[in-house]
Amino acid sequence: QDTQEKEGILPERAEEAKLKAKYPSLGHKPGGSDFLMKRLQKGVWGIISYPLSLEPKGVLGMKSVEQKYFDSGDYNMAKAKMKNKQLPSAGPDKNLVTGDHIPTPQDLPQRKSSLVTSKLAG
Amino acid sequence: MAGAGGGGCPAGGNDFQWCFSQVKGAIDEDVAEADIISTVEFNYSGDLLATGDKGGRVVIFQREQENKSRPHSRGEYNVYSTFQSHEPEFDYLKSLEIEEKINKIRWLPQQNAAHFLLSTNDKTIKLWKISERDKRAEGYNLKDEDGRLRDPFRITALRVPILKPMDLMVEASPRRIFANAHTYHINSISVNSDHETYLSADDLRINLWHLEITDRSFNIVDIKPANMEELTEVITAAEFHPHQCNVFVYSSSKGTIRLCDMRSSALCDRHSKFFEEPEDPSSRSFFSEIISSISDVKFSHSGRYMMTRDYLSVKVWDLNMESRPVETHQVHEYLRSKLCSLYENDCIFDKFECCWNGSDSAIMTGSYNNFFRMFDRDTRRDVTLEASRESSKPRASLKPRKVCTGGKRKKDEISVDSLDFNKKILHTAWHPADNVIAVAATNNLYIFQDKIN
Repeated sequence: QDTQEKEGILPERAEEAKLKAKYPSLGHKPGGSDFLMKRLQKGVWGIISYPLSLEPKGVLGMKSVEQKYFDSGDYNMAKAKMKNKQLPSAGPDKNLVTGDHIPTPQDLPQRKSSLVTSKLAG
Repeated sequence: MAGAGGGGCPAGGNDFQWCFSQVKGAIDEDVAEADIISTVEFNYSGDLLATGDKGGRVVIFQREQENKSRPHSRGEYNVYSTFQSHEPEFDYLKSLEIEEKINKIRWLPQQNAAHFLLSTNDKTIKLWKISERDKRAEGYNLKDEDGRLRDPFRITALRVPILKPMDLMVEASPRRIFANAHTYHINSISVNSDHETYLSADDLRINLWHLEITDRSFNIVDIKPANMEELTEVITAAEFHPHQCNVFVYSSSKGTIRLCDMRSSALCDRHSKFFEEPEDPSSRSFFSEIISSISDVKFSHSGRYMMTRDYLSVKVWDLNMESRPVETHQVHEYLRSKLCSLYENDCIFDKFECCWNGSDSAIMTGSYNNFFRMFDRDTRRDVTLEASRESSKPRASLKPRKVCTGGKRKKDEISVDSLDFNKKILHTAWHPADNVIAVAATNNLYIFQDKIN
């Protein structure tokens, strides 16, 4: 068992070295509160890969940063623009996203719901 | 220690000989996110099999009775009921959307003709009643057959309505909605052996509910630190003991399991037992904690053991021994030298589940490339099988698969670099009595049966 353990160390450490070489700024170890708090926000571990890159849009193909919306109207408009989903930001930019017209109930798109029966039942 | 390496087994494999039985779901390459299966669960008798998906829908399959005229359809699962359990919601307070994805389904033991199950998304648990209707009343006094109300003054005679048979209709109705008790995302629900209560667990808290009461629940575990900066671990799974209604366990992101006894205090922050395998500090790496995070914990049917799944292995623990597991089975040890890429593509955070067979003699868990692994605890043998359309001929035996780690790849082996990490089997279920298994491969549900069955 001892030798098995020792063989186990080398690949893991080698992988760690690879990761640190790619992302030198990767300082904190997982398990720190920042790491976990991001997990609590979205509920998946995936969110905490964010520090790897400074790109806000999504890191390495991952659907990352939690979507925060100013309010429900903002949420519904963002859903309507599925293809051009922008992360709304606080400050003057916000007005551009939400302020161009006053939404009326007719304008707001329906919140998505699965009207389609599951294909498992097909 | 059992089961070294990445799979393969001697010719003949376990005593099981698994054969393809059925596959459910669409074949098309383009998988809609909503169709991804997120949970699979047999009921207590195994006659019903429920699936939940990311679109918030539940599909229940029922096993066909034996039929002499169609012998090959014996034991086939066909659609029994399907309904929309959860819808996407918006949390106005936090400006966040709440996914409708069904995280877990748990059946209640059957007490009358109807079937009950609990289904949960991140925030809300619902109790669903699934009932059959095969009779219809005819001959009402106050309304016509088409439902129109009759003028009461025109009624001159009374009659007794008669019950007439009708085509079987299966109805699902939400009987209870247990909401607003979780700040964080619900990862587990577990029905108690008292059949009256159940627990729900999120990242930091566990609540105890009574099935009849929706407007309150008791908090029984709270690991939220006063200062969130001190947060070091989260709850990953929780389950009630199958026989002792006062005992439950919960696992953590640090690879530990705590067993709590509700008789000791109202708030079970202090555990009765603490299960942790000692780690060699010299072997610690950046990945150690992540891969030690337990993604699933399941008691054996006997209640004597429990099984935990972490990223690379499945461990069986004797409840009487906290110091280390009694068995460790390697699921895909060959991934240890791929941890860097698995961290980059997020796969290292995948949450695999595990399950016992009815007699607790075998355990099963999923892997990548639509592979799943089975470990026979008695014979110490393990096998890697694949859920694929290619091996989907009726009653075709599944051929054991092998992943090649070293240089020379033998025929029929697949190299680690060729594995498809998008094809992950996270959810599997084993019939409570028979050798029938259900394996969820993204948007398809495979059902396999043992030939000898």
